[in-house]
Amino acid sequence: MKTKGKVIGIVSNLVTVQVDGPVAENELCYITLDGTPLLAEVIKVNGDKASVQVFESTRGLKNGDTVEFEGRMLEVTLGPGLLSSVYDGLQNNLTTMGSVFLKRGEYTDPLDHGKLWEFTPIAKPGDKVAAADWLGEVKEGWLPHKIMVPFSFKGEYTVKTIIPEGSYNIDTEVAVLTGENGEDVPVTMTQKWPVKVAVKAYKEKPRPQRIMETGVRCIDTFNPIAEGGTGFIPGPFGCGKTVLQHAIAKQGEADVIVMAACGERANEVVEIFTEFPELIDPHTGRHLMERTTIICNTSNMPVAAREASVYTAMTICEYYRAMGLKCLLLADSTSRWAQALREMSNRMEELPGADAFPVDLSAIISNFYSRAGMVILNNGQSGAVTFIGTVSPAGGNLKEPVTESTKKAARCFYGLEQNRADQKRYPAVNPIESYSKYLEYPEIISYLDENVEKGWVSKVLEAKNLLRRGREANDQINILGDDGVPIGYHISFWKSELIDFVFLQQDAFDDVDALCPMERQKYMLDLVLELCAVDYQFDDFEKCRDFFKELINDLRQMNYTKFQSEAFNEYAGKIHQIIEDYGN
Amino acid sequence: MATKAYQRIYTRLEAITKATVSLKAKGISNDELAVVGGRLAQVVKTKGDLVTLQVFSGTEGIPTDAEVTFLGEPPTLKVSDQLAGRFFNAYGSPIDGGPEIEGEVREIGGPSVNPYKRRQPSELIPTGIAGIDLNNTIVSWQKIPFFADPDQPYNQVMADVALRADVDKIILGGMGLSNDDYLFFRHAFEDAGALDRIICFVNTTEDPPVERLLVPDMALTAAEYFAVDKNEKVLVLLTDMTLYADALSIVSNRMDQIPSKDSMPGSLYSDLAKIYEKAVQLPTDGSITIIAVTTLNDGDITHAIPDNTGYITEGQLFLRADSDSGKVIIDPFRSLSRLKQRVQNKKTREDHSQVMNAGVRLYADAQNAKTKLENGFDLSDYDHRCLDYAKEYATRLLSIDVNISITEMLDTAWELFGKYFTKAETGIKQSLIDKYWKGR
Repeated sequence: MKTKGKVIGIVSNLVTVQVDGPVAENELCYITLDGTPLLAEVIKVNGDKASVQVFESTRGLKNGDTVEFEGRMLEVTLGPGLLSSVYDGLQNNLTTMGSVFLKRGEYTDPLDHGKLWEFTPIAKPGDKVAAADWLGEVKEGWLPHKIMVPFSFKGEYTVKTIIPEGSYNIDTEVAVLTGENGEDVPVTMTQKWPVKVAVKAYKEKPRPQRIMETGVRCIDTFNPIAEGGTGFIPGPFGCGKTVLQHAIAKQGEADVIVMAACGERANEVVEIFTEFPELIDPHTGRHLMERTTIICNTSNMPVAAREASVYTAMTICEYYRAMGLKCLLLADSTSRWAQALREMSNRMEELPGADAFPVDLSAIISNFYSRAGMVILNNGQSGAVTFIGTVSPAGGNLKEPVTESTKKAARCFYGLEQNRADQKRYPAVNPIESYSKYLEYPEIISYLDENVEKGWVSKVLEAKNLLRRGREANDQINILGDDGVPIGYHISFWKSELIDFVFLQQDAFDDVDALCPMERQKYMLDLVLELCAVDYQFDDFEKCRDFFKELINDLRQMNYTKFQSEAFNEYAGKIHQIIEDYGN
Repeated sequence: MATKAYQRIYTRLEAITKATVSLKAKGISNDELAVVGGRLAQVVKTKGDLVTLQVFSGTEGIPTDAEVTFLGEPPTLKVSDQLAGRFFNAYGSPIDGGPEIEGEVREIGGPSVNPYKRRQPSELIPTGIAGIDLNNTIVSWQKIPFFADPDQPYNQVMADVALRADVDKIILGGMGLSNDDYLFFRHAFEDAGALDRIICFVNTTEDPPVERLLVPDMALTAAEYFAVDKNEKVLVLLTDMTLYADALSIVSNRMDQIPSKDSMPGSLYSDLAKIYEKAVQLPTDGSITIIAVTTLNDGDITHAIPDNTGYITEGQLFLRADSDSGKVIIDPFRSLSRLKQRVQNKKTREDHSQVMNAGVRLYADAQNAKTKLENGFDLSDYDHRCLDYAKEYATRLLSIDVNISITEMLDTAWELFGKYFTKAETGIKQSLIDKYWKGR
């Protein structure tokens, strides 16, 4: 018997329902409005009154309208076909919706039930299996998509039967498992999982072991993000958040990318739809869209579904992680999600925390970030979910609750700076205030020692130090005037400009410069540091400026030419000549 | 508003605030309209039998025994081709003395377009103003506001832009327009002989502030009719969105909601996004472009209204009084059009983006020179040339009273580069210098 109820109060999308039976926190229900079912979620229960947030517009809803509770939480359907799909926050497939306008109460199936998949069994009858163990495999694009024992299965099961190799649709019963009590349970290629619950069907979650390359120099070298790590990008509007995030999405060294457009411009999502199918993944040579899922709740879509969208995206990542794949989740922007929480908390008349955000904002954010990570699966293989969120702080002021709460949860901080953006120094990541905690991890240090160069981290720190000294020198020059400081200040300043222009700045729209592999990053950092180590002598600051300007120009041309090409080597020869000349 | 025969009339209000009334009533639906003591109101909250209504024209003089009738439907607009050339108030009733509109009844503030059905914008909207066309080119279905202090001539600029733009319909949503400004728009449209493609929804300062909340939805419902049903290119002008947001805060305050930043409601971002995201390029040829005005308090863009707007819109056009040229200019540093790359060099001449960047960069050098001058440091020859360039650049290109073609803008810029700088100082690609350089 399903619990039923009727509407007794409405404020915007918060509806109060009088119920006739048990209801659970986060349980779903359908409210019927003139025959159209509207999906809603329980967010508070008080006696026989449940407060539910409706994922649709509540226009026209009346007191007395009937409500039926579903006895389940908000779930996603997991199975082959998730990749290259475009979903809304509740996993409705937007590509199969017919009309131009989104219709209220129209829910579409996330997966294609007609499509056939080439299934290859992995498990054999008699095998002992548990949740998330691999039963078989289908090819999704070029990725091996594992068909697993559903995450919700508890305890140990024995494989009773498994279907042979062949083409099947997702609803085919691929295996029958026998539980500890002797009951037989059929398994298909799909399973469901509640989005707000972390998938924990793995052996352990160790500390991150290696870095995830993005091809962006100011990230990979200066503040690398670990595979299975977390990071965030705060910045005022117009500082290039979206461009940076798209660059990471295009180039990130990951098998699966899930992009959650959370309360952002529809236009930007359209850009992904239109461009990604054309773009080629630099690591595999396949179309980017084949490894990408887009979850899209644009700013004009219902607010409550915005919160759901980030959880839906995370659950899909966890699903692919359980297949031993490396996933990257990008959420733009988590501030909009927090604002959705604020709107609901406000309507429920909860006592507000700072800036009217709910008091548990910090806990909610850190709980979400904690779902990322590298895991060791039951079979010993590993998978990872790396999470990078953007934050849109009001007025670009980083002293606000969402940025501060995120700072506590995320391990990498890529602060975008208005000043740098104004000067067109892109990516506008502030080189001094940004950080990556992973540079302090012994595991990561030794990974970099082995995979890039022994002592790499100390080189990076040296470069950071030169930047800091350059900034101090520049402050003095601005106060005392060009002539008021010793020439050494000018040299310090220009050395930092050299690092900035040549290494930190990167042209995301240039075919060559946009993606800089680690090998090339190492080469360029070495070259720049070598140039900075030279003991320069100049008669006056103008000569110093002219010298560095020319040097920077040559090095930037190098960034635009193919690595180790003839033109590249020509520039390199010229620069080594300079080092030699000054060395003597 | 016609009333239905079986309608029940309520005559007892339980509570009255400046913007809302509450009463006990049954069978009321959310967002439904009602008439309270002869004034239009909308359901914003129900709690058991208690219904709270926001009264658009304010509650002054409404007694507790005022008659209340519910109309059974949310705010609507009748749409048809008859809308063209007409002036309406916030409720969609004619204020130009003309007849009522006949047409299909549409709910305002309807659903959003499926993002997957949208197309990428690629059509240039020329305005003749170099601060826009040259430095911040705008395209169809862009949504972009002017950020301006209240004393700047933003309404004039907007009227110029609208009349020069190559669009099928221009729809003005005026919120808190002064009567003078309303008449200005009316005359400007009449003088241009453009009345047949203009539709205006106007709330003036004489009208109650809460009525403004209806204006953008009215204007956009009309826009959707022409864009979706008629496949037309529609330009929507919304002025002034700051006054719209102020009305939002009045209502949320009366409903005892906890304010967030700058005493704005916590839902400000979603409220504004719902309006701006109506800008769209449809799979058919129809499109809606939105140009809005957000007035600032002394240029402060960190205030909640411009700040939230900046995160929603595709850039902003920043008006500033320039002391060098004595003109109002479109500030090249603080203005941004996020979609300009879609058309620059593609729909315009090949040198467009390079000329734009060089022009702004040299203007920035002039600002540095100015700072040096103010701090009493010596100026170099280059600094002096920059300052002279800046003055002419502001007068001939940045000023809002410019009206020339994009090719003329580019030629003017080359002329200035040649007059004040060497080829190397512009930093423009050699192949373009060879082709377009003028002067030394």
